[in-house]
Amino acid sequence: MKSKKFRANLITYAIVIAAFIACQVLISTGVMTRSLKGQLVPICAYVVMAIALNLTVGISGELSLGHAGFMSVGAFSGIVMSMWLSKGMGLDNKTVVLLAAIITGGVAAGIAGVLIGIPVLRLRGDYLAIVTLAFGEIIRNVINCLYISLDGSKLHVAFNNPNVAGKLLINGPAGATGVSKIATFGMGFALVLFTLFVVLNLIDSRSGRAIMAIRDNRIAAEAMGLNVTKYKMMAFVTSAVLAGMAGALYGLNFSTVAASKFKFDTSILVLVFVVLGGIGNIRGSIISATLLTILPELLRAFANYRMLIYAIVLILVMLATNNPTLRSMVQRIVPQKRGNKKEADEA
Amino acid sequence: MTEAKKKRAATKMVPAPSHGIIPERDLYERPVLEARNLGIDFGGLHAVEDFNLVIGKTEIAGLIGPNGAGKTTVFNLLTKVYQPTMGTILLNGRDTAGMNTAQANKLGIARTFQNIRLFGNMSVEDNVRIGLHNQVRYGMIPGIFRMPGYWRGEREMHERALDLLSIFDMQDLANHQAGSLPYGAQRRLEIVRALATNPSLLLLDEPAAGMNPHETEELMENITKIRDQFHIAILLIEHDMSLVMGICEGICVLNYGKIIAKGTAEEIQNNPVVIEAYLGKRKEN
Repeated sequence: MKSKKFRANLITYAIVIAAFIACQVLISTGVMTRSLKGQLVPICAYVVMAIALNLTVGISGELSLGHAGFMSVGAFSGIVMSMWLSKGMGLDNKTVVLLAAIITGGVAAGIAGVLIGIPVLRLRGDYLAIVTLAFGEIIRNVINCLYISLDGSKLHVAFNNPNVAGKLLINGPAGATGVSKIATFGMGFALVLFTLFVVLNLIDSRSGRAIMAIRDNRIAAEAMGLNVTKYKMMAFVTSAVLAGMAGALYGLNFSTVAASKFKFDTSILVLVFVVLGGIGNIRGSIISATLLTILPELLRAFANYRMLIYAIVLILVMLATNNPTLRSMVQRIVPQKRGNKKEADEA
Repeated sequence: MTEAKKKRAATKMVPAPSHGIIPERDLYERPVLEARNLGIDFGGLHAVEDFNLVIGKTEIAGLIGPNGAGKTTVFNLLTKVYQPTMGTILLNGRDTAGMNTAQANKLGIARTFQNIRLFGNMSVEDNVRIGLHNQVRYGMIPGIFRMPGYWRGEREMHERALDLLSIFDMQDLANHQAGSLPYGAQRRLEIVRALATNPSLLLLDEPAAGMNPHETEELMENITKIRDQFHIAILLIEHDMSLVMGICEGICVLNYGKIIAKGTAEEIQNNPVVIEAYLGKRKEN
């Protein structure tokens, strides 16, 4: 069992590393199109988002509909940090600035995660979904009237008041403008590996087991002396931190970022990645996030029918993965999948 | 022999002394559990009323009564799944008022469930590791970054889990999925998991349900063995009278949420009130 889990994790790492190498080869041989190259960093960010959300939805069993909110917090705090470091402090090393921005994004989102987690994770049922949904919208509205400017090496923050001293970094509804695009595919890849490392190792540790035990049977877990709130919080905040890091990476890939980029749609998009990849299945999240981010780009040639085809593909995938005939066929080929069927039948 | 096994062998003493069978008991040693005037209402329905029970150290007590008498409700009250509407529960001398289930468990009360509540998708060993959660500790960060604490903790958990599983000769099943075990083995695993939390009082909710007579016999031996090895008190709900009368030193009979009799197996069997309420059925047979 132990070695089987270990092997499965190795395969996941191998897939990510192989995909990275393949992309590098495609880039250096010039085969990769420009539009696809532009998608590489967002793909990394979405993969991290999908893994992070899977930690909340799949591993901890709480439905969060506001993960774009954490992404947004991470993106804007990361942008502010990167601008402050590069313009205000005169730090030239882009990798260091990017790293600092990603860490800032993670910390800021983590704080936001704690703040909403404290009241919400004590409740049962669908409250978390409702409140996280509201949280995503609140964050968007707050950033819409947030003005942050850089004056020398000093930061000014104001609400609903664009007349702050210095150069505006975040300009209310227009969002962050004039961002230096320092996000690199290499850093994105590193972040994906880091996220995988954190989540896979967390699952296979004392804390991860506690999180899954609470998901599987809350009453029994409590009777075993597990502190439900603590472990729900742990999963939720870790997930928020990773989402914030993804947000910082994503934000620093564009020269302008507005809060409207992280709407409810984005939360749902990431949830779709998680659901299609298989709830609780980390490898599936990576694959579905990658494919579903590329798909709209590949369909750009059919611009008018793009969303239509996208929708049809989604429906077909859902039908196919829930088809009992197909499932039993897969089970005949891969015997270890049999356990999953039992779960599905019980659910 | 592993470290834990040695420790257990060393503490294995003379047959556990029984500290006063239920009515008149020897309370020189502080009892493990004292429930005083315990009660709970569910919207006007007195599910349990005036429940008084004292369980001494290393005592095996039985809680019996017809279906719907409130036996499982008593368990839920003792483990704080329900907060009692009246009365107090003292666990090892400490009042559990305001505590939640997890805190009560840390004070030394562990239980099994009538409808098995294992973590079905996890391995047998991982189920026991969950039970060991508060016994072997290391933080989230050492867990993620695989620091020495992680390896030490996991090794200790592994050894202790196998050691605990060996009580029921289940160490060979350690890597099986808990949900795929046969019914009897699942019941035994629940007992092992509860024992892993290092309780001073173990509550067993119908441990013999669904077991054949041979398995029940084995279970009776094992319950006594657990008591003698771990020096814990055990309170069990059971419908199988051969088990209850066979191993329980004190028996408490519940009917309509009230205690109608307390005493030794013999006293209970001859108590006219009990016979009328419950055991009378057996006489007809």
